[in-house]
Amino acid sequence: MPDSALTPDTKQPPLMRKSKFKLGLKQWLTVLPFVAIGFIGIAVFVIYPMIRNIMISFQDYSIMPNAANPWVGFDNYTKVFQDPNDRFLIALRNTFLNVAATVPVNWFLAVFFAVLINARFVKFKIAFRTIYYLPIVTSWIIIALLFKYLFADGDGGFINFILHKQLGIIGEPISWRNNYWSAMIMIWLFHIWKTVGWGVVIYLAALQGIPKDLYEAADIDGANAGQKFWKITIPLLKPITLFIVINLINGAFGFFPQVYFITQGGPMNQTHVIPSLIYIEAFQNLKFGPASAMGVMMGVLVFILTYTQMKKIGRQRMF
Amino acid sequence: MQTSLINKIVVYAVIITGALLFVFPFIYMILTTFFQGTNTLPKPEQVFSVKVNFANYITVWNKNNFVNYFMNSVIVTSVAMVGSLFLGALTAYGFARFTFPGKELVFRIFLLTMFIPGVINIIPQFVIIKDMGLVNTYSGLWLVYIAGGVIGNVFFLRGFFESIPKELEESVLIDGGGNWRIFWNIYLPQSLPALGTLAIFIFQGTWEEYFLALTLIKSEAMRTLPIAILMFNDKYSTNYGQVFAASMIALLPVILLYITFQKKFVQSGYNEGGVKG
Repeated sequence: MPDSALTPDTKQPPLMRKSKFKLGLKQWLTVLPFVAIGFIGIAVFVIYPMIRNIMISFQDYSIMPNAANPWVGFDNYTKVFQDPNDRFLIALRNTFLNVAATVPVNWFLAVFFAVLINARFVKFKIAFRTIYYLPIVTSWIIIALLFKYLFADGDGGFINFILHKQLGIIGEPISWRNNYWSAMIMIWLFHIWKTVGWGVVIYLAALQGIPKDLYEAADIDGANAGQKFWKITIPLLKPITLFIVINLINGAFGFFPQVYFITQGGPMNQTHVIPSLIYIEAFQNLKFGPASAMGVMMGVLVFILTYTQMKKIGRQRMF
Repeated sequence: MQTSLINKIVVYAVIITGALLFVFPFIYMILTTFFQGTNTLPKPEQVFSVKVNFANYITVWNKNNFVNYFMNSVIVTSVAMVGSLFLGALTAYGFARFTFPGKELVFRIFLLTMFIPGVINIIPQFVIIKDMGLVNTYSGLWLVYIAGGVIGNVFFLRGFFESIPKELEESVLIDGGGNWRIFWNIYLPQSLPALGTLAIFIFQGTWEEYFLALTLIKSEAMRTLPIAILMFNDKYSTNYGQVFAASMIALLPVILLYITFQKKFVQSGYNEGGVKG
């Protein structure tokens, strides 16, 4: 660490040089008053819950007081896979579908809108940024209520009204949440609409860091807008793009309110993702063991995904 | 080189269309809050022909203990916000200004946990709070909010703290002040924009938090606003005017905060220390 030379401990005269262990101990004692509460909090409410989650996944766990909670080995895990409705596997499939369907669209819209808003002649940039960011600051619950309302059944729902009555694109009003694919599309639209503003704002900030003279040089060479976009903007934004795509993947991987508030997993548990399945299994069906087993499996999956992503990024400063 | 007029029109058309797509649902929602009483889905024609009135807002405010839930949310959010900011800043200060063995390793482990979706932890967090006898208390909720948020907040603040010039500390050191004085007199005031931005993020996150509040708080009188809104939706499932009037009331503080402070926002993560103007 470059700043180590400036910290109080290393400023001491050579006379007081101690063994490495003692120095480390002293450094810990110096910093402890500042980090102790934070570390305890993290240990109790972040790290320990993960361990506890693994423990519960091997127990026949009940929230009743004085329950025995016997150890049952891998029973909960086999239960998850022996489910006659294959809910876990369906949720897993949906998770990957969600990533595949939303990440490319979300990324493209973010960079597309950001580049256009960033164009030299566009006025009211901040106003546009604010409007695009509005869905981000609005709570998931409210947007979910709004989307369920806009996508209501029959011609009374605004989307059906537009698509059917006004434009005549569809033959009859769609019951969005009653069919698998229409429900999935609704969830994806909900997610994209809610989150695309985040990418726009990040890209807008990044675009301001691109030196203007690069574009001027390209202008002199007679490059058109498309060439400038693909040859200058996209390559220079690469680190930010990596950051955004990783966050989009993680966001799409962690769908939860998107599904819980829109479909509750319906129709017939077809649209569940793992988090929504975990929550309903635990707190509605009170099956904590199998729910925890799903949590552990998802945790391992996310860990592998994150670990490979982190390796890809290497030593870039964002982590 | 000048951009041609046609290009300008096309660009404006596209970004205005985008803006309309983002803003229209809100307009439709606001129009619906003016829609009066009948217990059916308001038809688009009806929504577009409403007259501005605040009857639904007044009804909602006085109904269903709404004020009570609103105040619950104010209490829960303000304590969680102050606690999170303080603990986050304190821990970030430890990471930013001091050297200690294993610092980067600890930091990396902390960051890894950030990628584990929060819902996985809800079950054990509920069990731990239950073991502590804090189910159905705000203390339990605050503990999970504050402790669960430390890592993200430290991650956000550390970069800003590290960009504070060391020379600033000298005045305190000359006066004989120690590490605490440096924290209070240098680090906190110097990073006000970052702390302010973080405060708004925490406010928003806590204000709209649903799952933990639903899981940990069992008594109806102690519920928070997001749960109250969904209860409106259940109990009066067909009265869209009221549901969205309640939503608008819940939304207003957050939107006002964002619009007021958005020019002062700092960007986090990739260009730490940068203050966005």
